[in-house]
Amino acid sequence: MITNVLEYLERAAEEHPDKKAFSDEHGSVTYGKLEEAARRGGSFLAGTLQERNRPVAVMIDRNISTLVAFMSIVYSGNFYCPIDVHLPKGRQELIMETLQPACIINAAGGTAEYDVKTFSVEEIISGDIREEVLADIRNSAIDTDPLYAIFTSGSTGVPKGVLVCHRSVIDLAEQFDRAFHFTEDMIIGNQAPFDFDVSTKDIYVCLSKGASLEVIPKKLFSLPGLLVQYLDDRKITTIFWAVSAMRIIENFKAFDKMTPGYLRQIMFSGEVMSNKVLNYWRRYIPDAMYVNLYGPTEITCNCTYYIVDREFADDEALPIGKAFRNTGVFLLGEDGNRIKETGKEGELCVRGSSLALGYYRNPEKTEEVFTVNPCNGSYAEKIYHTGDMARYNAAHELEFCSRKDYQIKHMGHRIELGEIEIIVNSLPFIDAACCIFDSVNGRIYLFYQAGEACDKKIIEGLKEKLPKYMWPNRYCFMEGLPMNKNGKIDRVRLKEEYIEKRKREG
Amino acid sequence: MEELMQLLSDVRPDLDFTSEKKLIDDGVLDSFDIIAIVGELNSLYGIEINVENLLPENFNSAEAIYALVCRLQEE
Repeated sequence: MITNVLEYLERAAEEHPDKKAFSDEHGSVTYGKLEEAARRGGSFLAGTLQERNRPVAVMIDRNISTLVAFMSIVYSGNFYCPIDVHLPKGRQELIMETLQPACIINAAGGTAEYDVKTFSVEEIISGDIREEVLADIRNSAIDTDPLYAIFTSGSTGVPKGVLVCHRSVIDLAEQFDRAFHFTEDMIIGNQAPFDFDVSTKDIYVCLSKGASLEVIPKKLFSLPGLLVQYLDDRKITTIFWAVSAMRIIENFKAFDKMTPGYLRQIMFSGEVMSNKVLNYWRRYIPDAMYVNLYGPTEITCNCTYYIVDREFADDEALPIGKAFRNTGVFLLGEDGNRIKETGKEGELCVRGSSLALGYYRNPEKTEEVFTVNPCNGSYAEKIYHTGDMARYNAAHELEFCSRKDYQIKHMGHRIELGEIEIIVNSLPFIDAACCIFDSVNGRIYLFYQAGEACDKKIIEGLKEKLPKYMWPNRYCFMEGLPMNKNGKIDRVRLKEEYIEKRKREG
Repeated sequence: MEELMQLLSDVRPDLDFTSEKKLIDDGVLDSFDIIAIVGELNSLYGIEINVENLLPENFNSAEAIYALVCRLQEE
């Protein structure tokens, strides 16, 4: 039984050391070279840190060095935490405060400005391999040791670090292979940034099959003129993309001129997939396998899947399907009982090896959503409450309905509207503010009360604290925000009067 | 050009489009911005920007976007 993800890397390196493992725009690394570099990096870090199961922050970019850094950290017996250097300073600081990394590896170039030991990837992989040190680390490792922490938006204004162990990722790779029958000759086209858990599938499905991974340059997704050509140049067969990336192809009708010739496995997740977008893809690439993947970071990428097996009208809902093997998924009713009948909504809950260890250094938030199963009175079984409301359709497939709270999915990112509101409300010239998401046109509206209209000043203030994808898309100044009977901002009325009505009136 | 500058700053009020020269290469504009800008350009100028036009050299600066619009208007 595999108990450490490095066994995947070592197996692939032994079977075909000269095969390309990871490639980016500028070059590639073979399995043999990747293993060697990661062993060197691991030896260096083990010598420097002298600690195990500690976080190492990685300033990431879309390059091979980032992946070498991840593997080096795992060899050292520690876990990695990817951080996007383009995040606003204020947000990076919040993450660093929670994480308190043992050191930082800068894979993005430029200078990192933290009061923590910082190394470049070249530095850590230039030393010798210390076999006995690495063996000692491996011998004492267990599969519930953490592998990575990925930070996600928190409603209280502080991002939460989801901590995931080796076992969960091994389970993911094995169950994906079982469900989708991957092959060694596949070439995976990575779209997701490495601080996004979607990329976990790219990396570990690749390593576990000894396949190849192509990191696609980011700008091809903002401006997809050359994207399809790139997919063909790199002979990409398999993608795990955010729904938002697939939507870009449809928005720009990117397949009208040219259709990718090698793609045969198309899997997507991150938010609700519209059949309008999917039908566009299916029209141009009719023979591929399409899979709707569902699940939050806290259960290691995905807990349910639906292999698209029938036609859907543009306005029909695409099911999220059924649970992966070795994963328990059930709907919890408000009365604390399981819902089994068709059509009745309940909160989707998950149990199994895929559950994250919790939020790093945040026991309060962890206890809120990782609880003992209320349906199991016999022993303390841990479950995760997703906050997603779902139901069974007539075919007994699961369907996503809505969120229980103010979390939204916007441009592939998971965002707590409360986090935006906290930042806006903290600006000195704002009296009160409220965010509403219009899921139909995918826009975040900000309604604010202030002495005068000051859209630009708000953006200037947000720039320091929030990543761009969390900025509101429309700003509505009001002399007074409407209140409901309970003295709270009346979100229902704002939505009806200022979003729905304006849309109707064009 | 003035019209175009207004359009661009409506989409991204925080940017100074007179000085930005690497809007795409430096990742200043993201896909959400591009979709909004392309949609506005199409309706304002009555043109149809298609996928072949979606290249960094056409969107790296306000001048480049303007040149693209002029080219498409002539066609």
